[in-house]
Amino acid sequence: MATAKNNKQISPGIDWVIVWVYATLVAIGILCIFMVEYKPGINILQSFLGGKTNYSKQLMFGSICVVMTLFILLADSKLFTAFANLMYSFGILLMLATFVIGKSINGSKSWIPLGGGFNLQPAELCKIFTSLALAKFLARQETDFSKLRSQIIGGCIALAPAFLSILQNETGLALVYFSFFIVMYREGLPPGLLIIGFSFGALVIATLVLEPNTLAIALTIIAGAVIYFTRRIRKRNKNLLATIIIIWAICVGIQRFAVPYIFNNVFQCYQSTRIFSMVGKDYDCSQNKSAMRRTADKEKAAKKPDDYNVRQSKIAIGSGGLIGRGFLKGTQTRGKYVPEQHTDFIFTSIGEAFGLAGSVCFLGLYLFLLLRIINTAEKQRSTFSRVYAYCVACIMFFHIVVNVCMTIGLFPIIGITLPFISYGGSSLLSFTMLLFILVRLDADRQMVLR
Amino acid sequence: MSVFNQSRSGIIQIAFGLVFLIIIGQLVNLQVFSSKYKLAAENNAIYRKIIYPDRGIIYDRNGKSILENTIMYDLVVTPIECKGVDTLGLCDLMGIDTAEFKKRMKEISFRNGIVRPCVFEPLLSPEMYAKLNENMFKFPGFVLSERSARVYPFSAAANVLGYIAEVDTSFLRKHKDEGYENGDYAGITGLERSYEKILMGKRGVKRFIRDNKSRIQGPLENGVYDTAAVAGKNLHLSLDIELQKLGEKLMTNKVGSIVAINPKTGGVLCMVSAPTYDPNYLTGGQRRRHYGELALDPRLPLINRTVSTKYSPGSTFKTIVGIIGLTEGVINANTRIGCSGAYYGCGNGKPKCLDPGYFNFKEGIAHSCNTFFATVFKRILDQPRFPNADSGLKNFNTYASSFGLGRKLGVDVPSEKNGNLPISSYYRKIFGRNWNSCNIISNSIGQGEVQTTIVQLANVMATIANRGYYYTPHLVDSIEGGDTNGLLDSFKIKHVTRDVPDSVYTQVQDGMQAVMEFGTGAAAQVPGIVVCGKTGTVQNSAKVNGVMVKQKDHAFFGAFAPRDNPKIAIAIICENAGFGAESSAPIASLMIEKYLKDSVASPERKKRVEDLAKKNLIPPMMRLAMARMDSIKQAKLLLLQQQKMKEDEDTIEEEIKIDTTNEVVPKQIRSRSTKDSSKKAFTYNNAAILTDEKKYSFYRKPIKA
Repeated sequence: MATAKNNKQISPGIDWVIVWVYATLVAIGILCIFMVEYKPGINILQSFLGGKTNYSKQLMFGSICVVMTLFILLADSKLFTAFANLMYSFGILLMLATFVIGKSINGSKSWIPLGGGFNLQPAELCKIFTSLALAKFLARQETDFSKLRSQIIGGCIALAPAFLSILQNETGLALVYFSFFIVMYREGLPPGLLIIGFSFGALVIATLVLEPNTLAIALTIIAGAVIYFTRRIRKRNKNLLATIIIIWAICVGIQRFAVPYIFNNVFQCYQSTRIFSMVGKDYDCSQNKSAMRRTADKEKAAKKPDDYNVRQSKIAIGSGGLIGRGFLKGTQTRGKYVPEQHTDFIFTSIGEAFGLAGSVCFLGLYLFLLLRIINTAEKQRSTFSRVYAYCVACIMFFHIVVNVCMTIGLFPIIGITLPFISYGGSSLLSFTMLLFILVRLDADRQMVLR
Repeated sequence: MSVFNQSRSGIIQIAFGLVFLIIIGQLVNLQVFSSKYKLAAENNAIYRKIIYPDRGIIYDRNGKSILENTIMYDLVVTPIECKGVDTLGLCDLMGIDTAEFKKRMKEISFRNGIVRPCVFEPLLSPEMYAKLNENMFKFPGFVLSERSARVYPFSAAANVLGYIAEVDTSFLRKHKDEGYENGDYAGITGLERSYEKILMGKRGVKRFIRDNKSRIQGPLENGVYDTAAVAGKNLHLSLDIELQKLGEKLMTNKVGSIVAINPKTGGVLCMVSAPTYDPNYLTGGQRRRHYGELALDPRLPLINRTVSTKYSPGSTFKTIVGIIGLTEGVINANTRIGCSGAYYGCGNGKPKCLDPGYFNFKEGIAHSCNTFFATVFKRILDQPRFPNADSGLKNFNTYASSFGLGRKLGVDVPSEKNGNLPISSYYRKIFGRNWNSCNIISNSIGQGEVQTTIVQLANVMATIANRGYYYTPHLVDSIEGGDTNGLLDSFKIKHVTRDVPDSVYTQVQDGMQAVMEFGTGAAAQVPGIVVCGKTGTVQNSAKVNGVMVKQKDHAFFGAFAPRDNPKIAIAIICENAGFGAESSAPIASLMIEKYLKDSVASPERKKRVEDLAKKNLIPPMMRLAMARMDSIKQAKLLLLQQQKMKEDEDTIEEEIKIDTTNEVVPKQIRSRSTKDSSKKAFTYNNAAILTDEKKYSFYRKPIKA
């Protein structure tokens, strides 16, 4: 690669492909925000440099990112291993600090005001720190991840920030931390755990979709069938019958009692509604505890939230068709029909302007980046680098998938950004750091890092 | 340590790929297979705006525009931008109170949302526009927006030209596939209606992008899908606006109508229906109120009496009876029939005859002898070649029908009535199978069941003038840019009467000329022009309190001039005007003079115009109804006044002021609706509730204002 050769002296071993993909994505992001905010008849150059519009701000964040990447690339990669735990502690401290000095934006008290109109979301930064800490923990000589104790410690490292995030009422970001389980799976977490998790998810969705009685009967039939087909094995293993019956009891219990309890008593009304609307059902808020409390408080029924966002988002993407309406020609984008289109729903602007073809290319670019990162991970000699690379891939994968699924109605709406594309300094900076620490580590893959 | 876990890397990669495939699957579903999203997007974001073309202009025969377009202004408000509006100042200028202002704003915000502009006050008067325009800076959120409106420069020919109005649901139902939408304007009456397709032009469509609050963002794709509006085509009429104005002036304070036709072409020269109104009254912002007043007016000014009112033609029908008699050979020019004061051919001494004598055909027409034409009529029906009265009447009707009687002529103004030529089956029902000519003898003098419209009568005059043919009377002479729809084709067909020899017309014209020279129509003579005419006096009755009461006679007059080379054929009726010599005949004379000589020259004739215009011949019944309506209004006002006086002693001065201004308005309307009558406007006693019919004589007296 010609560029690589030119820069060999400055930073040998850097994976320029990743850097260029990154640059492309940031550029696409700025153009998408421009598409969202575009009004005909403006001086484009002026508004790009004026700093008043969101795309010019994003451009500014982009240049800050360039400076930051330079710092990261010039830093010694040993730095990251050395400071991993310290940074993790710092991150946790910051998250705790939000409870004291935090600022509430969009209903979640997860921001620390930095002054000058800028706010920092520690949970975003904590993703990097947690990745480093997890990598550091797994890379320890004495860690044997096949042991339960290590697995639990690893889980705790990953889930501590998630727990704090939930307390901050920032459910979306908390979910991101569950992506570390994919990393841990790669490092030896028994697949049973993931299977149980997956089955649990399937059971919850089935509970939402099917009638309670239908599902109970279905579960009973499945249990009965399993008992029937395992009658030979059961003769040898007497405990199997008990296990099957216990699993059946747990499933029915979850389906009949646990899920309704969670939806009615744990979740806020709007959260339950969003989840229900994803499977195409209406949620009756009058059953919701918190809604009832609010109703009792205010003597006024909580306004019924509808699926306006998803509907408009689907309309915008759906109207793109096969090849889209063309750059700056999206009527839904220009009409500002999709709320929060420059942040969480940025994918709709691509869907409308470039259609299926554009969306597939765009997702292809993402998938290429993810696979490239996994590829890079497998090339690493050091466990630290490998685990970290997996962390990067999984966090990004989770963000991309959840965000895109959200816009096309496959996932309930939670505030998760599209990496490098969505407007927002916190998000862009943290993803840039996340990626470029990997690039730095990868450049030094000949070294064995702890 | 984890080398043996390497296979899981592949699993993770495959999982990533699968999840992306699921996403792409959903994208394919949304973007390729679900068309509903595309549709929803269009409904969301594309705003179709209809661009209204200018309606066509209507010109009279001399190229003067008598119906054209002007710019009027609407006061438009965008509620959300109304910050710091000088509400009091605006209310003051508009003449409304702040409560009304708030009510309207609330209504607009409720109906249209607060971000979209909406009409606050439509079609401002020029004075209001001027006042507002100076002060617009005080009213942020308010703008004056242009709109095209119709204007009638001559304030004449209201019933002919018609007006446009917002379409209603029944109109929309009838014209489903013609692209009308709620809020569109369409011609409701007159030529505006009959030539709607031509005048309206072709509407254009502009597509705009609008945002989530329905604000317009800009044209869709720079307007590549837009279609341009094509202006309506102009119409050129055969109408002479000066003649029309004179006719309207002469018919002031009379009920009736005038139709003048150019016999050579069938082009209508004037079509006056009285009482009429200023057509500009139905264009401005006060349209609704004015319309209400016109619709409630007991004189029915909104009716086009020239085509939609059927009258018994009276003695003017004798020309037809005479022509048929001469053609059938039951009389000839020298046949003399005696009249002793009544017709005894049927034994009952009816109809009566005013002028006893012994007349030949010419004199019979000249003196309008009832006996003469009753005899002729009976002879026509009782000809030996007919087995019974049925076939005799049928034969008679074929003749009459070839003069355009008994059916719609196809005039190009709407709501034309067909008149009536009664057929034998009708009489069979009444008189039984063996009815005879005596049963219907009053038809001979145009008094029975025979009914014609004034247009038909004018057409008969034109046919006699032409000696046996006519073209369907029509107003539109030509359409600018060509008559692509073939609307004028029917006006180019020459209708020929049923084999009437030319000599018969000579004899009838002789008779009609004699009418003017020594007969009943002497008052219609025009100096220096040979006019042929025929008077008609028609008995009629109307229902008053459920009882048929005989009313004053209708005065008819039909004429054409000059006799050789006829240029104008005219028919006039003055309802309940008594004998025609005082109203219809002199009006005809002045109209003919005006048309043929271009002006009414001599001072003595001019004075006659003024005298006729001043003459008040409104039927007493209508005056009574008007007085009643007015007195009810006055009484209501008085009651209101008294109530307010009790309520609030302090503001009494103001209230009275309001009352008096209210009072002035109807008076103005009345004076404008009947041309030039301002000098003679009635004034009514303020506080009377009229219950007694006798009292109306008191109000009848015109008092000079």
